[in-house]
Amino acid sequence: MSTDIIETTEVASDECAGEAPVLEVTDLTVTFPGRNGGPDVHAVRGVSYAVRRGEVLGIVGESGSGKSVSSMAAMGLLPDHAEVTGSVRLHGEEILGLDDRAMARKRGKVISMVFQDPLSGLTPVYTVGDQLAEAVLTHEPRTSRAQARARAVALLDLVGIPNAEQRYRSFPHEFSGGMRQRVMIAMAMANDPDVIICDEPTTALDVTIQAQILDLLRTARRETGAAIVMITHDLGVVAGFVDRVLVMYAGRPVETGGVDDIYYRSRMPYTMGLLGAVPRMDLDDQGALVPIEGTPPSLSNPPPGCPFAPRCPLVRPECEQTEPELLEIGDRPPGEEVRARSASASGARAPGADAAPQRVACLRSGEIAAQGWTAQDIYPVPDIPETSFSHTRRQDRREVLRVTDLVKHHALTRGAVFKRRVGTVYAVDGVDFDIREGETLALVGESGCGKSSTLMEIMGLERPQRGSVTVMGKDSSTLSRSDRFRLRREMQIVFQDPMSALDPRMTVFDIIAEPLRTHGRSPAETTRRVYELIALVGLDIEHATRFPAEFSGGQRQRIGIARALALEPRLLVLDEPVSALDVSIQAGVVNLLRELQARLGPAYLFVAHDLSVVRHIADRVAVMYLGRIVEIGDTRSVYSRPAHPYTQALLSAIPLPDPEKERARTHIVLEGDLPSPANPPSGCRFRTRCQKFLTLAETDRERCVSVEPRILAVNGEDQGAACHFAKRWGTD
Amino acid sequence: MNTIEKSTETAEAPSVPPAPDRLKDVVRRLLGTRRVIVGLAMLALLTVLAFVGPLISGWEVGRRDFSAMLEGPSFEHWMGTNRTGQDIFTQSTAGLQKSLLIGLLVALISTGVAALVGAFAGYFGKMTDKALMWVADLALVLPNFVILAILSEHFIGQGGWLVLVILLAAFSWMVTSKMVRGLTISLREREYIHAARFMGVPPHRIILRHILPNMSSLLIADATIMVSTAIIGETALSYFGLGVQPPDISLGMVIAAGSSFATTAPWMFVFPTVLLVLMVLAVNMIGDGLRDALDPHSTSRRS
Repeated sequence: MSTDIIETTEVASDECAGEAPVLEVTDLTVTFPGRNGGPDVHAVRGVSYAVRRGEVLGIVGESGSGKSVSSMAAMGLLPDHAEVTGSVRLHGEEILGLDDRAMARKRGKVISMVFQDPLSGLTPVYTVGDQLAEAVLTHEPRTSRAQARARAVALLDLVGIPNAEQRYRSFPHEFSGGMRQRVMIAMAMANDPDVIICDEPTTALDVTIQAQILDLLRTARRETGAAIVMITHDLGVVAGFVDRVLVMYAGRPVETGGVDDIYYRSRMPYTMGLLGAVPRMDLDDQGALVPIEGTPPSLSNPPPGCPFAPRCPLVRPECEQTEPELLEIGDRPPGEEVRARSASASGARAPGADAAPQRVACLRSGEIAAQGWTAQDIYPVPDIPETSFSHTRRQDRREVLRVTDLVKHHALTRGAVFKRRVGTVYAVDGVDFDIREGETLALVGESGCGKSSTLMEIMGLERPQRGSVTVMGKDSSTLSRSDRFRLRREMQIVFQDPMSALDPRMTVFDIIAEPLRTHGRSPAETTRRVYELIALVGLDIEHATRFPAEFSGGQRQRIGIARALALEPRLLVLDEPVSALDVSIQAGVVNLLRELQARLGPAYLFVAHDLSVVRHIADRVAVMYLGRIVEIGDTRSVYSRPAHPYTQALLSAIPLPDPEKERARTHIVLEGDLPSPANPPSGCRFRTRCQKFLTLAETDRERCVSVEPRILAVNGEDQGAACHFAKRWGTD
Repeated sequence: MNTIEKSTETAEAPSVPPAPDRLKDVVRRLLGTRRVIVGLAMLALLTVLAFVGPLISGWEVGRRDFSAMLEGPSFEHWMGTNRTGQDIFTQSTAGLQKSLLIGLLVALISTGVAALVGAFAGYFGKMTDKALMWVADLALVLPNFVILAILSEHFIGQGGWLVLVILLAAFSWMVTSKMVRGLTISLREREYIHAARFMGVPPHRIILRHILPNMSSLLIADATIMVSTAIIGETALSYFGLGVQPPDISLGMVIAAGSSFATTAPWMFVFPTVLLVLMVLAVNMIGDGLRDALDPHSTSRRS
């Protein structure tokens, strides 16, 4: 196990370099004893790190890699039955094993935490202001109530809550997710802590809000000078924010070093795979993503060797003998030596360890460094064939789906007995697009913009409230019952949440067979086709008799895809199919979708909020905002020359997994949250958050306020934007 | 993805395996649980006892032995006699016949009706929901005891107990149906229900295939409770002379007659009560096992 502490790197600012670390974690292990005689779960197995004032450490890993548990252990927040060993020193003082009362004095005062879910982080029955004031009062009991209140208002103001004085009295449910996360950060900052641990603070948030929160965390670091430990599964998020990175796998650190070293000179196949799996928004043609096959090992019974060996493309026999230690690249003994030594031998400690920036737990790291391998070199990257449609011009292909002026309004009613209408939610308010054979249209936008409502309207095949939905040239409003049933064969859907998309009471076989049985295929044909589909999506035939609960998220999503493909539809609607998956799993599913499209040729309607995945999979993009499409066009044009200010902001908000580019970029950070779809602004709906609106002359603004823009062609190609001044922004 | 190439080969190589059979799987799992075997054996024994008991005791149902009134267990009367000299063993086992039928049938009918009404109301919503829930509310406010009293004359004679079964079921499904409706409304928005709808599965099939199986735990728990509730309900009616009508006899009637002698002549009370307890126990064991067999999440079948 590694016991050495990661020392200063050149990235840490000079003034901090000489200081002792604020938080020092040494050889931390966490074991959860098995219940009912089950085996113990070794969640964390030897994590060491140290952070100094003003430094940001990123801890990166897939779900289940022990990254959250290790920080919970440092905070003393684990349940009593967890066995924690090692040492956690805060300002040199050992805090591991302190009783709860002593820890409570430290928590929130010296060390504080921001959790992933801002929903459950705040008590619903107290106002946010009182909760903030309580955080101050708990640690400074002599503060007067008025002072605490003033401090709370100042904090709310600092984290960018508008009208802090009034919002003090708001309850958590009156705040959006982003605002709640701001309050959580304010609470973490309340007592000027020296360490702030952020546990996936932006995972539950939209990309524009994520940019706001990351900005805010930078402010928090500046204001409090605190060290920040940033836990995340997304390498993109942290590239421009952290100074050092610690990559965790199966409860162990496998690579650590300065942010540039990790991103540009990664020497551990796992880190390389993670980086290769991230879809890049800034690259024109990335090729297939790098999928990491398999799943992380069980933490209750880890294999003796390197935990990553079963999934590693560079695996060698000696990898399975002993777990490699976290060593500097030059210090790695050659493979022969490892084979000669027995598994119990202790590793040679490198002399002068404090000058060591990058450490890797891989036997072949030296080789990787010498050869200069990248993820594409070591991982078998699938070759995705071209579609048969790629040589036909778009205009010549058949139309699979056309949506014209689609409208879906929900009535807001009040009263139990006599319902009266008190308002209307404009969920979908006039949407137009079309999809041709074999192409992928992506519908992107923040949550609440009406993407899913649009899908439900299309899939329902009922007469819409206004406008029309035409599938395969058939208008949905004129369909008879049997026509509609027949048309359902041509369009199928894959859902976002692999947990709830599959009936938990049915076996995989029955799930995939359901569409076939419904559409009257014979039992023999159904059986044959189901096994064919199981093989097609990369599952094993033995999986057929199991239940969905026995599968991982990525596998479940594959089952969902198999079910959708059963009837060979010509249109596949994908409702955020990868947003609930880990990056490495996501890459596999994205590759599968691309390959299936190339082989079977269905058109995709791909709904997503992640613009980097969209760039990777879509031919055309439609950006939605508050129930309307604001920009539509082919992916290349939209990403290279976004014409609508909202698209520009969305693209700018996405963090790149490239530290240098990320540091050089200036983000357009949108103000505030999405307005309520029950009460959209007049004229252009985006004007309330528009970054360009503020730069306009008074007369031009008048136009934005009063006239609703229509989609007009820009840039001469297949691209249109709903902005009065799109041409002006295009020439910037 | 390279996994595809790999697995297409494996799919083509062996001949296609047969489709797994869900029903067979459930039955196999059901019979693999010891609780279910014990429960089924107990229920079978009770049934045998109910039909064979009156024949082997040497006494006819309802016949009075005037030489032995209110006597304890003896060689002549295995479980003693009651105040009027009727043989407790004969009366109880004969009563068990009717009580078994009433308990099981009422539970089956009332849970079935509750499941269907609740699921249809919850799934379709709007007018269907309003109409069905109106019926349920109406059934809830009707004074069922009065109605049973008025109709009790129809319980006499051949098949009369069947009328009683239907009436008992008719007055016991409402609360469960409301629970089922609530659950259905939350299940209706699950993505797999949407998926089924979008692939063209008709609504009644969605209810039977997806919605009801996913609340089977609730339904089974409800049915097992309903077995004992129905028997006790019938007992209460019998106490007032409104339940099973003589010359028919039910376990409830025997218990009701014996309850006032529970301390002075315990044999009159103990034997029929033990039969009732055993029966409810058996049903609960079977229900428990069935719930586990149907639920892929239950711990007992996790490998």
